[in-house]
Amino acid sequence: MMRALFLSAAALIAVPAAAQDVAITNAKLVIGDGSAPIEGGTVVVRGGKVVAAGAGVAVPAGIERVDAQGRYVTPGIVAAFSRVGLVEVDAVTGTNDRSATRSRFSAGLDIAPALNPMGSPVAVNRAAGVTRAIVAPGSSSNLFAGQGAVVDLADDMDMVTKPRALQYVAFGEDGSAKAGGSRAATFLLFREQLLAARSYARNPATLAEWGNDAMIQRADAEALVRVINGTTPLFVRVDRAADILNVIKLKTEFPALKLVLVGATEGWLVARDIAAAKVPVLVSPLTDLPGSFEQLGATQSNAGRLKAAGVDVSVGVFDDDDAHKMGYTTQYAGNLVGLSKLPGASGLTWDQAFASITSVPARAVGMEATIGSLKAGRVGDLVIWDNDPLELGSRPTAVWIDGKRQSLVTRQDRLRDRYLTPEEGALPKAYDR
Amino acid sequence: MIRGVKGGLLAAVSMALVGCAATGTEAKSAGDKPATAAADKPVKFNKDPYPSTYKGYPTRLTVVRNVTIFDGEGGRIDNGSVVLSSGKVDRIGGPDMELPTDADVYDGTGKFLTPGVIDIHSHLGDYPSPSVDAHSDGNEATSPTTPEVWSEHSVWPQDPGFTRALANGGVTTLEILPGSANLMGGRSVTLKNVPARTMQGMKFPGAPYSLKMACGENPKRVYGAKGRMPSTRMGNLAVNRATWQKAAAYKKKMDEGKAVDRDLAMETLAGVLSGEILVQNHCYRADEMAIVIDMSHEFGYKVAAFHHAVEAYKIADLLKKEGICAAMWADWWGFKMEAYDSVPENIALMFKEGACTIVHSDDANQIQRLNQEASKALAAGRRMGMQISDEQAWTWLAINPAKALGIADKTGSLKPGKMADVVLWNGNPFSVYTRPEKVWIDGALMFDAMDPKRRPVTDFELGQPGEGDVK
Repeated sequence: MMRALFLSAAALIAVPAAAQDVAITNAKLVIGDGSAPIEGGTVVVRGGKVVAAGAGVAVPAGIERVDAQGRYVTPGIVAAFSRVGLVEVDAVTGTNDRSATRSRFSAGLDIAPALNPMGSPVAVNRAAGVTRAIVAPGSSSNLFAGQGAVVDLADDMDMVTKPRALQYVAFGEDGSAKAGGSRAATFLLFREQLLAARSYARNPATLAEWGNDAMIQRADAEALVRVINGTTPLFVRVDRAADILNVIKLKTEFPALKLVLVGATEGWLVARDIAAAKVPVLVSPLTDLPGSFEQLGATQSNAGRLKAAGVDVSVGVFDDDDAHKMGYTTQYAGNLVGLSKLPGASGLTWDQAFASITSVPARAVGMEATIGSLKAGRVGDLVIWDNDPLELGSRPTAVWIDGKRQSLVTRQDRLRDRYLTPEEGALPKAYDR
Repeated sequence: MIRGVKGGLLAAVSMALVGCAATGTEAKSAGDKPATAAADKPVKFNKDPYPSTYKGYPTRLTVVRNVTIFDGEGGRIDNGSVVLSSGKVDRIGGPDMELPTDADVYDGTGKFLTPGVIDIHSHLGDYPSPSVDAHSDGNEATSPTTPEVWSEHSVWPQDPGFTRALANGGVTTLEILPGSANLMGGRSVTLKNVPARTMQGMKFPGAPYSLKMACGENPKRVYGAKGRMPSTRMGNLAVNRATWQKAAAYKKKMDEGKAVDRDLAMETLAGVLSGEILVQNHCYRADEMAIVIDMSHEFGYKVAAFHHAVEAYKIADLLKKEGICAAMWADWWGFKMEAYDSVPENIALMFKEGACTIVHSDDANQIQRLNQEASKALAAGRRMGMQISDEQAWTWLAINPAKALGIADKTGSLKPGKMADVVLWNGNPFSVYTRPEKVWIDGALMFDAMDPKRRPVTDFELGQPGEGDVK
């Protein structure tokens, strides 16, 4: 046990094997689609992609075999709404690329070049079993915050799985603050910017004609065109029940909008409307305080009630430290399983809870065919856990991303090892590594 | 500063950054300390002018049996029983213990019984929900030293956060501290987590006061931004030392029986120097804790606990030697520079050293699952090969915070004669799948997950969407 603590520096910088073929056998296999775990399961990854997973799957000759010894093997966790890669230290502004509140651009902002795969939050979240994340910008100077990305948390320099995978906008109180002080201003500004983008799409010269009076820049217009035509999902932060209904109504005028609700604290009050509109929801499920007047109905039963009404509910960790603590995702999902034992409360089954942090967020961002489960054709993101992955303190013992075995050593591990005994020895701690 | 993001946990970050140090108010002049009329002769000032009116609610003779007990001091009884009588723990023991026949009896098969969770670091009531500007009452950020303010005078008892901490977290006692914008933020108050019309109705009878102090980034940032001292860590120390020096002179005058103009700020600090008032010190970095320890020696006071001690693991030996507790998060990190060297094993490494180890929240959401935070810290310790039992880990939520608050003789463990502050959990409280089923405070059943009538609803939530919901 203790031996594992003394990982050498070489282990930290060791480059994972380039091979992208692996088979894990003897697993308690979780596909991630809401189905029950399969005892004695096998998953086979070739060329970085899952080729088969289930019971009785044959292992091709000549590829690396790993015996999971009956442990849980799952797809990597998909952080449903995150800022991982955009922040090293929140309060150190130079390392914080979450928001661009002094930029003249808004919807056109694209976070992809701001991502830092070498940042320590990437490694720490990866060591907690998070292999993919939906990363959204925080805010801009205008209503639309910009374009987020789907990323991987692999130990390499290529972090972007899908750039411009979403556009982000906040309604409610935050939207009001950006739009000029009221919800009326938010909805009008939203509509006018989309209409301007539509005019631009029909005739790019219109933007030049508007000159300095243009309410958006060319880059913003191009990004919003992709929102109007449904190419880019529109993630909308909204909490108050009435605001949720008004946001859903935007589809009347802009029918191709691919809406995804973020937060939806009072979603359970209008769950049937959300379900009828077939709009997926990302919740931070333990939000249960009326933090604002648009969250008066907050309850941990929100996710369970939405799910029961037929809404596609993803579980994320936000309204919190959304860059560093994606490892809370499994804990939050586990809480929903525990919640279902309480009279009057609504939670999720274990299988639903696990899907809500893997395949369901993948579906919300339109990538269920690529990430978030161990069905054939998905990326080879695998985690072997030392225990029930939703249980507190469970940790991955091995992680693969795109079929590549990953380092799980973090800077935190190095600090811990240095101070296992706090007293200095023959030399100062600075020589201890 | 991190306003605009929603919900409470975001406040986590902002709270940690200063407890929301935003101010819009004009700074009062430095010399404008509240002072009452000069006294001609030595007088004894009332040390308890806002006394507790809390008396405990009616109790019933109560037995929980066939239950797994963590006693809060590191002991465990399997298949145990507890008797609660007249607000106190009457006795606790194994299956052979004699039980009264006229009691309310609860079968605890498959369940766990612990002393109530004690959170030594909370801002509930001072930064309540909803977190509107009108409710921002936790930092008197108009002067770097405000020992004259008392956090109890900001507590809004209708904060729904109290009821969530009770129902979801099994929290029975909590300390409400001023924020960390100031070097000396003021007095904190210890509350029983009972709904009440007034702050006094929650106040823990007989608990000593504490002074909240803060090192590091927050005070220097807040006052540096105002163009005044302190703007550096050395400035932090200089202001602290000058203030302690003044307090020492004030105390000397009092001790010599000389007449003094009553100075509420100095009165608090003199109380610290005489040992009546404890010190709870927000301090992240190891090197800064070491400097604070020397300052405490220089002026002759003792730090009860370092809060947010993310680098406690680097000086666990020093903290052990000094007898200072460290109150910690399980895994918060990276939100500010002084939280950059956080490690998930911090809590376990403090425990390994034999030092006083506490898990705290500083957060309206995480206070609802401190058992889960302790569980993560416990798992991190076990992963590195440490032998820590569940019942030992429960001391981090029970007797240790009680010691650091000076109330260990009254609560914090299930010893006969102590307050019957007790939680019955519907499983092992270190499992993510477990929730409080019943919570007794001073022997009165204040929450019952099985009975909607034992679920408190604050005035604020009455008549609102979701009133009385499971939350």
